Amino acid sequence: MSDTGIGARVQRKEDRRFLTGKANYTDDINLKNQTYGYFVRSPHAHATIEAIDTSKALKAPGVIAVLTGADLAADKLGGLICGWMIHSKDGSPMKVGPHPALAQGKVRYVGDHVAIVVAKTKAEAKAAAELVKVSYGELPAVVDTGAAQKSGAPQVHDVAPKNTVFSWELGNKAAVDDAFARARHVTKMKLLNNRLIPNAIEPRSAIGSYDAAGEHFTLYTTSQNPHVARLVISAFVGMAPENKLRVVAPDVGGGFGSKIFIYAEEVVCLWASKRIGGRPVKWTAERTESFQADAHGRDHVTEAEMAMDERGKILALRVNTIANMGAYLSTFASCVPTYLYATLLSGQYDVPAIHAQVDAVYTNTAPVDAYRGAGRPEATYVVERLVETAAREMKIDPAEFRRRNFITSFPHQTPVIMNYDAGDYHASLEKALALADYAGFPARKAAAAAKGKLRGIGFSTYIEACGIAPSAAIGSLGAGVGLWESAEVRVNPVGTVEVLTGSHAHGQGHETTFAQLVSDRLGISFDSVSVIHGDTDKVQFGMGTYGSRSGAVGMTAISKALDKIEAKAKKVAAAVMEASEADIEFKNGSFTVKGTDKKMAFGEVALAAYVAHKFPSSEIEPGLKESSFHDPSNFTFPAGCHICELEVDRETGATNIVNWVAVDDFGTIINPMIVEGQVHGGIAQGVGQALIEGCVYDSETGQLLTGSFMDYCMPRAHDFPSFKLGFTETKCPSNPLGVKGCGEAGAIAAPAAVMNALTGALGVRDVPMPASPHTVWKAMNGTRRAAE
Amino acid sequence: MPSITLRVNDQEVSADVESRTLLVEFLRDQLGLTGTHVGCDTSQCGACVVHLNGVAIKSCTAFAVACDGMQVMTIEGLTKNGSLHPMQEAFREHHGLQCGFCTPGIIMASVDIVRRHGKKLDEATIRNELEGNICRCTGYHNIVKAVQAGAAKM
Amino acid sequence: MKEFNYHRPRKPAEAVKLIKKSRDGKLMSGGMTLIPTMKQGLATPSEIIDLAGLKNSGIATSSSKVTIKAGTTHAQVAESDALRKVLPALTILAAGIGDPHVRNMGTIGGSIANNDPAADYPAAVLGLGATVVTSTRSLPADKFFTGMFSTQLKRDEIVTAVEFPVAKRAGYAKFPNPASRYAMVGVFVSQDKSGKVRVAVTGAGPSVFRVPEMESALQKSFTPEALGGVTVSAKGLNNDMHGSAEYRAHLVNVMARRAVAAAQ
Repeated sequence: MSDTGIGARVQRKEDRRFLTGKANYTDDINLKNQTYGYFVRSPHAHATIEAIDTSKALKAPGVIAVLTGADLAADKLGGLICGWMIHSKDGSPMKVGPHPALAQGKVRYVGDHVAIVVAKTKAEAKAAAELVKVSYGELPAVVDTGAAQKSGAPQVHDVAPKNTVFSWELGNKAAVDDAFARARHVTKMKLLNNRLIPNAIEPRSAIGSYDAAGEHFTLYTTSQNPHVARLVISAFVGMAPENKLRVVAPDVGGGFGSKIFIYAEEVVCLWASKRIGGRPVKWTAERTESFQADAHGRDHVTEAEMAMDERGKILALRVNTIANMGAYLSTFASCVPTYLYATLLSGQYDVPAIHAQVDAVYTNTAPVDAYRGAGRPEATYVVERLVETAAREMKIDPAEFRRRNFITSFPHQTPVIMNYDAGDYHASLEKALALADYAGFPARKAAAAAKGKLRGIGFSTYIEACGIAPSAAIGSLGAGVGLWESAEVRVNPVGTVEVLTGSHAHGQGHETTFAQLVSDRLGISFDSVSVIHGDTDKVQFGMGTYGSRSGAVGMTAISKALDKIEAKAKKVAAAVMEASEADIEFKNGSFTVKGTDKKMAFGEVALAAYVAHKFPSSEIEPGLKESSFHDPSNFTFPAGCHICELEVDRETGATNIVNWVAVDDFGTIINPMIVEGQVHGGIAQGVGQALIEGCVYDSETGQLLTGSFMDYCMPRAHDFPSFKLGFTETKCPSNPLGVKGCGEAGAIAAPAAVMNALTGALGVRDVPMPASPHTVWKAMNGTRRAAE
Repeated sequence: MPSITLRVNDQEVSADVESRTLLVEFLRDQLGLTGTHVGCDTSQCGACVVHLNGVAIKSCTAFAVACDGMQVMTIEGLTKNGSLHPMQEAFREHHGLQCGFCTPGIIMASVDIVRRHGKKLDEATIRNELEGNICRCTGYHNIVKAVQAGAAKM
Repeated sequence: MKEFNYHRPRKPAEAVKLIKKSRDGKLMSGGMTLIPTMKQGLATPSEIIDLAGLKNSGIATSSSKVTIKAGTTHAQVAESDALRKVLPALTILAAGIGDPHVRNMGTIGGSIANNDPAADYPAAVLGLGATVVTSTRSLPADKFFTGMFSTQLKRDEIVTAVEFPVAKRAGYAKFPNPASRYAMVGVFVSQDKSGKVRVAVTGAGPSVFRVPEMESALQKSFTPEALGGVTVSAKGLNNDMHGSAEYRAHLVNVMARRAVAAAQ
């Protein structure tokens, strides 16, 4: 391994600009003649819009325009879309309510977009927004996930009776019923997966700019996938044909899923710029707006039961989930509680029969879509909470219970679509047990008890499906797009390289890891490789970054383009060195002719390719540039074991995590430093979900009660110990690099590990997430809980 | 409109500002120093931390007009003659940043931790002293390591 | 945010004059509460009279009394070695307010004049029986705080200093709201040199309050155990999604015991 190649702990190329304040985030960009947009948002969870009076606002200082849903309708722009069609078990397509970028006739959640005020300054736009008079006819709201389908519940969309978007199932119900009939032990739980607000620290931002002369639009935006934004805004919203719309996602300050989606604000900024004659319109969310109108995550209510034989061998799993979609179907909302969730319900276990029933419901809350892990944390939570509880009930050590049920041979076909290709679940469990000193736990528990603390230990042996996704397979399941990735490798005449990738980076360090791959493959220096992403004018196409796909799919596309570069370079080298192409070998950055001492460095071959003096261009085209579209043949299956050890203060209910062990199998690791960082961040978000974070709406009024960092608790440094990480490795067989993906593992694994440890410490069956001190205190004082 | 004169990153700056202009708005919008970020509107995230007369403050919770005659140091001013400050260097070496958005505020806060607690910092001190800075990417693990290492080299 | 007129007087009298003649003026010390409130549009003062120009900061200690000038920042209090020698509980309390950046700007005068129900300083002022010195008079702590965000201060009255008697021992324990980090419950206990005990609670109710039952229990025996059976009624305590009134009532007891244990 070279010190910058695959597997090396290389410092990041991108860091210098971030460390010195020279990064270029959307809000750092200011265009000439720029104006500022401020959104008028609904203060009600559910209301008809009776009238909008913009006259006062239009007269306010600095105001250029006030635009409403009626203006949008007049311009015949389409609404926002959901790109994944789910069919209910009766065969009917999901019920999709209209989703205009500015509300038309009705508002459906607090924060819903009603109008935009465009003014010369931010302050003027904001001040004038207060002067837009909207007459609302308030309607009762439906808020709680579990209440949405009840008869008499307020209807969010007329097209969806009982607020049901779809009622979908997966698996074999008869086989499950049969297995339950034979079971010796059944563990049944009602599990709530709490709603989260993503809160990337950079708020969303957009600048729309219209060039009337060229009838051309440019959008600068905080996006994880600028090409998909362009596709949707062009093909579905109908703003402009793709060749007349450039989308740039510059430095993006974290996404975690929330910046995948095509939101109202960026569409409106683009359109508003045209409406006001082409002056750019900039909008940057205030954090309050992020809380209200960024797509939220999770929010499942699940009843699940697991059937075991007398030895604790799992026979079957039955899951019923209601998933909250919020007021509108966001871009990928429908696939999250279905194909990203139910397909992972087998966990790491050999479960012969699984049946999942998932109902997705509309409520008068912000749209819910993919958030770090997207469906897989919810699945892991169900499986791992059940497994742990079953083991406790059957008085089998939870580690042993898992051992008895692990899948041990591959490939393994689960009853829920997925075909696991490689893994070693025993290896990660055993390594984690050793790192956590599992054997020493009883002594530590006793020592804690002597200090008045309740100590618990909990596991999460998780699996995820990443490397999203084989296009034909997901197409057959309803996806509206293919999920390949593209790459272009441009070798310059002097042998330096630019890689253009569709895999956007917003913290993942692609500029470094992708350069490591290229440096490794071409034997050129790491510094001579630049990675370019985030601009539809530069990169031909890309599906973006989410689902831990950039390594397995994005890098494989680069790898394939590098194969083509090597092949072409060999042709050039053969011509220059007057040898047979079959005799050219490429190693460590040099082309050699087998059996001779003839040799050309990679840079020399690149130059020869561009000079084009030494080969007939009828046979070899000049230049050295190749591209590839890589469509994966399978998902990848990262898996591992996280162990949480914690202490609870009996008096206050405060939980303190005292030890965290994570042993993950991500296949080949390109840069351990970056991979570790991804694991750390994922754990923090998962622990956040378990102990700290929870979105709360008033269940009557639909007002967002956790609308700022004052009330929505964000994990801070003192909430964590240092994490202990370990790795095991089984190569992924479906891509040449053997990589699996690492971005979501922590967020997927952590909640179950925490809650297994906490319930163990308290000696209770379940505690709802987030297990805040107050919640834990109530759990410890069951009688008081009843009295409250 | 009030007129103010202050030193920003060791350079004297004079400007007219509205009274309501926050220091962070002045830095970003009037001086083009966009390394200082705004991540919230309730004075909690710490992305906007700068040094005012040598101590760390939230530039989103200070009026520019109130900083008349004072010294402001932003992340841009921490780099001297093109060399990274030891704290910046440590964040790079220990991968104490991912998306980079909270990073300037955290680095400015970290330099202030060293001012108050010295160069030898234990983990608990660092974690407690980062109370006013929220990072969503790193889980803080590598930030803690970076602050410890950076402090030792200051 | 609405535009306002900004003033930075150099003399207290000048400040008083400015606030008197303003239509809807606000005094600002560190601005740690006022500025966020204005950002949210919840305060729209016509004038801001910034007291920072008074340069009224500093801590004076003697064996019987500590005087902290109103403009002294939380950081200055937290880091004062002289104060730590005579009244360490006060440095500990100050070191736990907000976060380091807030402590570098926020002042004791601003904190107590604002009387946020979850602020820390009111607990110390009441828990030590301090005297609030203003531009016109001296007010005992027991009279100073009158309710949620309200005090005895008149509109044109400026806090200039707080005088704390040096206690025989004092302690503070706080359970922070997990999100805002303000006190969900904070309890300050002290025993003065004559043996008299005070217990003041912040965060739990609409305003800082004393707990006579705890005071008399501690009067008999200044030990955590003495508070074992002393419960606080949940009636009238704050009740929100972060903690029920019952939980807060329970925490008052827990934090009181911890404050006693920590008292020095």
